[in-house]
Amino acid sequence: MKKLLSVLPLLGVVIGIHLLTSATDTMYYLTQMTMSAYYSLLIIGLCVLMGYAGQISLGHAGFFAIGGYLSAALTTNNLTFHQDSTLLRILDGTGMLLSGHDMYGEVFLVVTPWAACIIAVATAALIAVIIGIPVLKLKGHYLAMATLGFGIIIYRVTLALEYFGEADGISEVPPFVLLPGLSVSGDFSARVQNYYIAWILLLLGMVLLLNLIDSRVGRALRGIHGSDEAADAMGVNTSRFKLQTFVLSAVFAAVAGVFLTHYNGGIGPSEANVMKSVRYVAIVAVGGMANLWGALLMGIILNFLSMRGVFGSYDDAVFGLILILIMLFAPNGILSINIRYRLRQLFSREKDGEEGGQR
Amino acid sequence: MGKKEGSGRMALLEVNKLSKRFGGLLAVNDVSFQVNSGQIKAVIGPNGAGKTTLFNMISGTFPATSGSVVFREQELKGKKTFQVAERGMARTFQNIKMFSGMTALENVMVGRHVQSNAGFLSSMFRMPWVWKEERDIRDKAMEFLALLEIEEFANTDAGSLAFGQQRAVELARALALEPQLLLLDEPAAGLNIYETAEVGRLITKIRDLGITVLLVEHDMSLVMEISDEIVVLCFGEKIAEDSPQNIQQNPEVIKIYLGED
Repeated sequence: MKKLLSVLPLLGVVIGIHLLTSATDTMYYLTQMTMSAYYSLLIIGLCVLMGYAGQISLGHAGFFAIGGYLSAALTTNNLTFHQDSTLLRILDGTGMLLSGHDMYGEVFLVVTPWAACIIAVATAALIAVIIGIPVLKLKGHYLAMATLGFGIIIYRVTLALEYFGEADGISEVPPFVLLPGLSVSGDFSARVQNYYIAWILLLLGMVLLLNLIDSRVGRALRGIHGSDEAADAMGVNTSRFKLQTFVLSAVFAAVAGVFLTHYNGGIGPSEANVMKSVRYVAIVAVGGMANLWGALLMGIILNFLSMRGVFGSYDDAVFGLILILIMLFAPNGILSINIRYRLRQLFSREKDGEEGGQR
Repeated sequence: MGKKEGSGRMALLEVNKLSKRFGGLLAVNDVSFQVNSGQIKAVIGPNGAGKTTLFNMISGTFPATSGSVVFREQELKGKKTFQVAERGMARTFQNIKMFSGMTALENVMVGRHVQSNAGFLSSMFRMPWVWKEERDIRDKAMEFLALLEIEEFANTDAGSLAFGQQRAVELARALALEPQLLLLDEPAAGLNIYETAEVGRLITKIRDLGITVLLVEHDMSLVMEISDEIVVLCFGEKIAEDSPQNIQQNPEVIKIYLGED
């Protein structure tokens, strides 16, 4: 309940931004706000993995791409030629297939978006388990490199597979009908609706993760971060908790991938690019690592600026620079410098001994 | 208390012919002893005697080369550290391992891990029973902070506490497991004489709660004061096992500690 209340002001901000853009005739901003929200969903998941459990991943663009690509391919690629296979019959029997005629009158057969979403996210989770079991035994640089290797593989796979459209990616991905009358699509008329879908999904994710970190599991994760050995001695099954967190963050990334792909109506290999993973890590670092609110805020701001084209051709360079500057000058995140410190000092002078309250 | 009689039956922990070889070095050689319920047992010995190695084998940090550890009538072979903890053995570390960035209370709350159940999904969705469990974890953790007389630091970042206070938090955290056996790896390391005396008092207080204590310690005065029985290790071998009074008069022990060269 407390967590729910804590995101309510943010919901107010979300509504406020909508009203503001509507009043100033700048509704086009909502498109980037929607996309930022999806990217931020990935980022808050990564924040729990990196900031709380203390495990780095340079492969999260890979999980995003697994979600996005699978959902795109399943809902777009025509299965008519395979319709006699047993697998398709099973899928058809469970109502997971959608058939009809396309604009040229050709018969098409695809997987429904809901089924595709579930398959895509489940696949990402499964791959996270398979990758995570061996890789999470590594620490620090070694873990970073192993996850980087995973990210590179996914990137090359998206470029190489015809099923995934090779260098062109997949386009003309249909809308994701969540409920009748409510669908994730880039359709002009659905812009406001999609803005709210994205933000409610993000706020929901935020509530879930805030709950998680303030729980038995969250404390165990922070314990692992503080001292693996001591957490172990407290009876924490450290390898299982690391793996579960890894899978959880992969699921957040995959869900983000699925939704954003349907929103954009397509996905290309650049989404799987390793630079994307670096960008996500940089944003979590700017946000302050073990700071979900910081990750959320920076996820929105930096993705928004990036997608508005503020950084121009230097987009990736900017994120590289951000990473360097943060590591040098504000290793605890941009929120940790100056303002917060000053504010805390101001407050502690006025009401002494009030700090140190529970977080 | 008459617990000496039939001690074979009442052994909480049995260390049987335990050895550990690191390459060419035999760090622990064929060491056997028992720890009975309700006692404070100490393992002493000069630097490099194999005390910490012995401890790490008992707590499951690494496997023994040969021999066995039986805890609560169950062989611990192949058990991981967290499983040993689940079975009721808690430990502290020589160079205190606080969860820094967490408050003292949160540190002790981690100690309630094995006594609680909430997992990923139930925590994320805050099932009603998780609410109750959280409250219980918090209340219990506060009780253990109070037991160790440090409740005033509950909301202080554990990493910023004084060394002696961190030691107390670490003890509270280990006790929060409600263990049957508490392993203390040099509880007086880095403490001044007042803090050492304080820790000694806390350890006897813990023993009086019915928790069996096995400690490794360098500080002789502390060991002699609080232990019921002492095992002396030297170069990986057990050379004596007796009451503090007898150990103090044991010529071999005296030779090791006072030196002959």
